[in-house]
Amino acid sequence: MDTMRERFASVTSRLLEEDPRLAVVLADIGTAGFAEAARRHPDRVVNVGIREQLLIGVGGGLALTGLRPILHTFASFLVERPFEQVKLDFGHQDVGGVLVSAGGSYDWPSGGFTHMAPGDIALLDTLDGWTVHVPGHPDEAETLLRHAASAGDDKVYVRLSAQANHAPRAVDGAGFRTLREGRGGVVVAVGPMLDHVLAATEGLEVTVLYATTVRPFDAAGLRAAAGAAGSADVVLVEPYLAGTSTRFANEALADRPHRLLGLGVDRQELRRYGQLDEHLAAHGLDPRGLRERIAGFVAARP
Amino acid sequence: MTHMTTEPTRGKAAGPAAGGAAKRTPHTGGIGFDELPHLMSLMTGDEKHGPAATSTLDALWVLYDRVLRVSPGTAEDPGRDRFLLSKGHGPMAYYAVLAAKGFFPTAWLPGFGAYDSPLGHHPDRLLVPGAEIGSGSLGHGLPLAVGTALGLRAQGRTEPAVWVLIGDAELDEGSNHEALAYAGAAGLDRLHTLIVDNSSATHGWHGGIASRFEAAGWSAATVDGRDHEALHEAFGAPHPGRPRAVVARVEPKGD
Repeated sequence: MDTMRERFASVTSRLLEEDPRLAVVLADIGTAGFAEAARRHPDRVVNVGIREQLLIGVGGGLALTGLRPILHTFASFLVERPFEQVKLDFGHQDVGGVLVSAGGSYDWPSGGFTHMAPGDIALLDTLDGWTVHVPGHPDEAETLLRHAASAGDDKVYVRLSAQANHAPRAVDGAGFRTLREGRGGVVVAVGPMLDHVLAATEGLEVTVLYATTVRPFDAAGLRAAAGAAGSADVVLVEPYLAGTSTRFANEALADRPHRLLGLGVDRQELRRYGQLDEHLAAHGLDPRGLRERIAGFVAARP
Repeated sequence: MTHMTTEPTRGKAAGPAAGGAAKRTPHTGGIGFDELPHLMSLMTGDEKHGPAATSTLDALWVLYDRVLRVSPGTAEDPGRDRFLLSKGHGPMAYYAVLAAKGFFPTAWLPGFGAYDSPLGHHPDRLLVPGAEIGSGSLGHGLPLAVGTALGLRAQGRTEPAVWVLIGDAELDEGSNHEALAYAGAAGLDRLHTLIVDNSSATHGWHGGIASRFEAAGWSAATVDGRDHEALHEAFGAPHPGRPRAVVARVEPKGD
């Protein structure tokens, strides 16, 4: 199985053939995967060099002429470094485009914190109108990339990760999907957290929702699941900054008593290298850590 | 697109273009250059404007009057020339020129900066007919212009020229250096940068601003930013295979 990043290059190269409105902009990262596409479409596959502010500005300029730009680099350099460009060159100009990141929260742990971006979605949450897809498998990434490319002039962020679930699920680019039902609470697993959540909740009486499109937040789906479960105890398990989506879950359940636990990556910098599974364990996002915290939260119900 | 006051005037014909060889463009119909100070006074209540307020006025006028292929009637035409005001600060001269050319009524000008006016202290492309970008935060216009030039080229539109106006102090922003280095290397010959130099950059530019662009592969010229003929000549000079920079020098800010 290829990685999400490899799938991004192959599927986007095909989309460039099908849709003359699409253009890809790179900043010296991910260029190998687009070498053939760049030969075939030199005007629609542009590498601006190591220039991330320009990457976003060029995307905004392409969109101003009616094209649909797809911009790609690591999340730290795509969302965090040129954040004002994202805010103004898309939002304020009222144009759309697709940001596709790689690197996730710690896809390259031995690379250290400079290449980690657990706060990317929290940062995008300060802006209006961004759709956010967090696929949990390369097949899902392909589906969601196709949704993003064909989403008119919408502003879309697709967060790719090296972490993936063992099998793909059907995704629709919109709501949450119920994978397991129980009456002791609702656990929302985002993208690549699903396998660990399923393992962690084995034998627990909880509903498991699978979320791969997290913005707009599927408030109706969460409300329905909480209603069906007879419990508005909700655990969010996100592969990025802990608590990123708690505001949205709170708003979804504002009319009923509820309890909320937001699990994800700690705010404090870990300052460790190593491997992805070691970072998951350190943040309590491995099955053991999740089990302990989810079971404790559900059992503590008043 | 939202307009907060009266009906927008996209579609209204522009006044006839003025020609002539005088240092200042003569008034040959419509609203002329000599009336721009009055239009600016509608925004500021002041007939006398300091150099900072009018630093861009002459260059903008020559562009809109004699160079850019865009009018209220073609403001939505994909084949139009693009002018991106990157230096969104002190936009009175820009608004005066757009109003003079009929992009919106001069009656909008007195509302400058008011809650229900489309004309803010920094322009918003959704509110100002004829404005290609919303600007105010420095360093966004040139990268957007690079993307615009690339987007037009990718769609086979080799005719439209893309112009962007930045200030000499705005050139301090690193994003501009990302853009000018790339544009030179890529040979974006439909891209033009107008740098209005009123010596406001805190540390200045050793060797002059034009040298920065030339070193990056641009065609560049430095002219008197108050001399309409010199501006017109510099704007129209051929620059095959290279983007073009015109540095328009005006009185130092604050003098």
